[in-house]
Amino acid sequence: MNRFAELLDRLVLTPSRNGKLTLLTDYFRSVEDPDRGLALAAITGDLSIAAVKPAMLRALVVERMDPVLFGYSYDYVGDLAETVSLVWPQPAGHIPNHAPTLAEVVGKLQAASRSDGPQVLARLLDSASISARFAIIKLVTGGLRIGVSARLAKQALADLGQVDVVEIEELWHGLTPPYTALFAWLEGRAEKPRSAALALFRPVMLSNAVDDGDLEKLEPADYAAEWKWDGIRVQAVCEGGIRRLYSRTGDDVSGAFPDLAATMDFEAALDGELLVGDPREATGTFSDLQQRLNRKSVSPKIQQQYPAFMRCYDALQINGEDLRSLPFAERRTRLGAFVQTLDPSRFDLSPLVEFSDWETLERLRQAPPHPIIEGVMLKRWDSPYLAGRPKGPWFKWKRDPHTIDAVLMYAQRGHGKRSSFYSDYTFGVWSGPEGSEELVPVGKAYFGFTDEELRQIDKYVRDHTIERFGPVRSVRADRKNGLVLEVAFEGLNRSTRHKSGVAMRFPRISRLRWDKPAAEADRIETLQALLDS
Amino acid sequence: MFKAMRASDLLKPRPEGLYCPPGDFFIDPVRPVGRALITHGHSDHARSGHGSVLATQQTLDIMGLRYGEDFAETTQAAVIGETIDINGVSVTFHPAGHVLGSAQIVVEHQGLRIVASGDYKRQKDATCLPFEPVPCDVFITEATFGLPVFRHPPDHEEIARLLKSATQFPERSHLIGAYALGKAQRVMRLLREAGYDRPIYIHGALAKLSEYYQRQGIDLGQLEPATVESGGKADFEGAIVVGPPAAFADRWARRFPDPIACFASGWMRIRQRAKQGGVELPLIISDHADWDELIATIKETGAEEVWVTHGREEALVRWCELEGIAARPLHLVGYEDEGD
Repeated sequence: MNRFAELLDRLVLTPSRNGKLTLLTDYFRSVEDPDRGLALAAITGDLSIAAVKPAMLRALVVERMDPVLFGYSYDYVGDLAETVSLVWPQPAGHIPNHAPTLAEVVGKLQAASRSDGPQVLARLLDSASISARFAIIKLVTGGLRIGVSARLAKQALADLGQVDVVEIEELWHGLTPPYTALFAWLEGRAEKPRSAALALFRPVMLSNAVDDGDLEKLEPADYAAEWKWDGIRVQAVCEGGIRRLYSRTGDDVSGAFPDLAATMDFEAALDGELLVGDPREATGTFSDLQQRLNRKSVSPKIQQQYPAFMRCYDALQINGEDLRSLPFAERRTRLGAFVQTLDPSRFDLSPLVEFSDWETLERLRQAPPHPIIEGVMLKRWDSPYLAGRPKGPWFKWKRDPHTIDAVLMYAQRGHGKRSSFYSDYTFGVWSGPEGSEELVPVGKAYFGFTDEELRQIDKYVRDHTIERFGPVRSVRADRKNGLVLEVAFEGLNRSTRHKSGVAMRFPRISRLRWDKPAAEADRIETLQALLDS
Repeated sequence: MFKAMRASDLLKPRPEGLYCPPGDFFIDPVRPVGRALITHGHSDHARSGHGSVLATQQTLDIMGLRYGEDFAETTQAAVIGETIDINGVSVTFHPAGHVLGSAQIVVEHQGLRIVASGDYKRQKDATCLPFEPVPCDVFITEATFGLPVFRHPPDHEEIARLLKSATQFPERSHLIGAYALGKAQRVMRLLREAGYDRPIYIHGALAKLSEYYQRQGIDLGQLEPATVESGGKADFEGAIVVGPPAAFADRWARRFPDPIACFASGWMRIRQRAKQGGVELPLIISDHADWDELIATIKETGAEEVWVTHGREEALVRWCELEGIAARPLHLVGYEDEGD
């Protein structure tokens, strides 16, 4: 348990992806079964333990200490799990023989009934160290919140076994905690586990961005073009009565889209984009799609207002036949016929874009027929369906990003290599009537600039600081003073969380406008117009 | 025991600091005064410009290093355990276990004994004498970590985490923020005790004090200045670097390859504090007593009354009430948390 607790403590404070991967692989390498597998399940969200409510936790602790002292402590720390882990009194004369292992903790928690759950938890907290108490509380209150996605955990496994992460993803849904067969294979002690489970995820095929000069080398006739829809790439798999909707990284997202899952009564594995609306009438915008994302439960009203559907790109398997080795042209023909047999309010075929030369396609790309299209895809007619991101068969040719000129408002210190640089920038645009304009923050960006530009901005921040709050500096920014940043972004969403009412997607610094006076930066109306278009 | 005077007549808070009217002296005054008794060398307790200063020889030495030899008009070294008479008031210095030279000051007059403990800790520390509990009527305690959430782990466990991280990330450097007096040297000594025998790189601000510690017989091993002259980025790969916390936000830190920010402090017990400060590897190493040490010490002194100087006094006062010990906060101003 202590090693797991230490891992959580480190992960939560380690910002870099590589740092997290090192910590995870070291943990998987040094910890034995079944503890490491249970830790993996806890991180990927595949560990089921009956939850303990925060109120229960609080009740347990004030049985054991003065409520006033607990109140002071909680006020100071601000996080219930952390406060309880720190103030929990070690029972008198109690010296545990050994720190409980993760397996022991999970075993006891899983065996606990609803009624004795709190007492089981209390006994575990009695026997654990401070860090371990924190980890136990995080396990029972749900959600580790350590900034590690299931995808990253799988990458760490891949690093451990020197295999492609695609192999792990393909296997994943046939495996259960504590994953001993998986670890045995990764350590070279056993064959790769073969799964008999149905409706498994198939690693998806990804594309490369079109670079300068790429197109000149390509023959237009070799490629099909289709719109690139900016929804969520999904894979719908139905096999022997099992239905699963997977994200492109192999996470099962069926639960979030019960309306779509209910209509998946076929035998096939299809690749496509999840969008909202009715494909026969209108496709919803990204803001509409947002209504369906990151929700724990989806109310019938939301399902009705924003119905989910799938726009199909490709067929990996139909009626038991694996199609992945066939050329795209052949798969596309089969897919077209197959989609005809599906519920037309939930499935349609992604249309191809007719073109004969790159110039024509360029014009079409610049003026797509729907706001949720973010460019075009190019697929070689003869390409098989390959896992990963092979170079050559598929390209994405995105619409040029939007840009605005914004003024730097706050800068925060980065981490690791950037820990002595102010490298995270909050920028704003002008709002309010003429004569009393003020800056309203519209986003935050921490890349897009060169190392040399980073040094320049860092110096600017240090020379123009007006206030400091911890690692954040407030930078002089008014009509006469301020650094204008050209910010590129992929799109805008409405946001109730931000004062400006907008949230940018994928913002980055595209240019430093040392030449531009702050007063000439953009106004909020420019963004609002984009939102309404 | 008959007590001819009230405790508040023997020591009372004044804007300058704790004042003893019969002895006409201040303890750790924050402004220049005629006669100052000083518990230890941290700058919020030991200031320059007093008429006369009474402190341990080590504290006087440290003040000299920090402020120059003319930091006071006259100085007198207090020998640990030896009683000095000041205008009829008996004064004795006892070890406080906080930093090198740190002492508690026992003030006795007409049968009444007050212990002004300054800053103290109970965890073992090879860089200074251990705290000695002194039975007293009134115990004056700090409360920097006066909340039940502050529980310092054994320091060697923290150093073990640091050394583990150094093996996990051999291509990066570990930058340890530690206050220049006391904490920095304790961390270095702990590294040596854990068997770390490579050179430790130090920021210039640590040099004089670290040399002083070495001269006092505290072996910190080979220390190298962490200057650009001493090497390029590659030379600091895998290095452990110690410097004052503020230096790591500074351009100074750019000479190190992909540094992991570590901070040695009792505050690191709180995750949010570590996170806000951009600390990747918090090391919970403190020179102040944690909650358990504070309450154990109050009990050991047998004091009937406790005065709480600076820190989170309300929780400690509450605990004393629950234990039936009279307690009140002194609301002294001017003491920050230097040293942690």
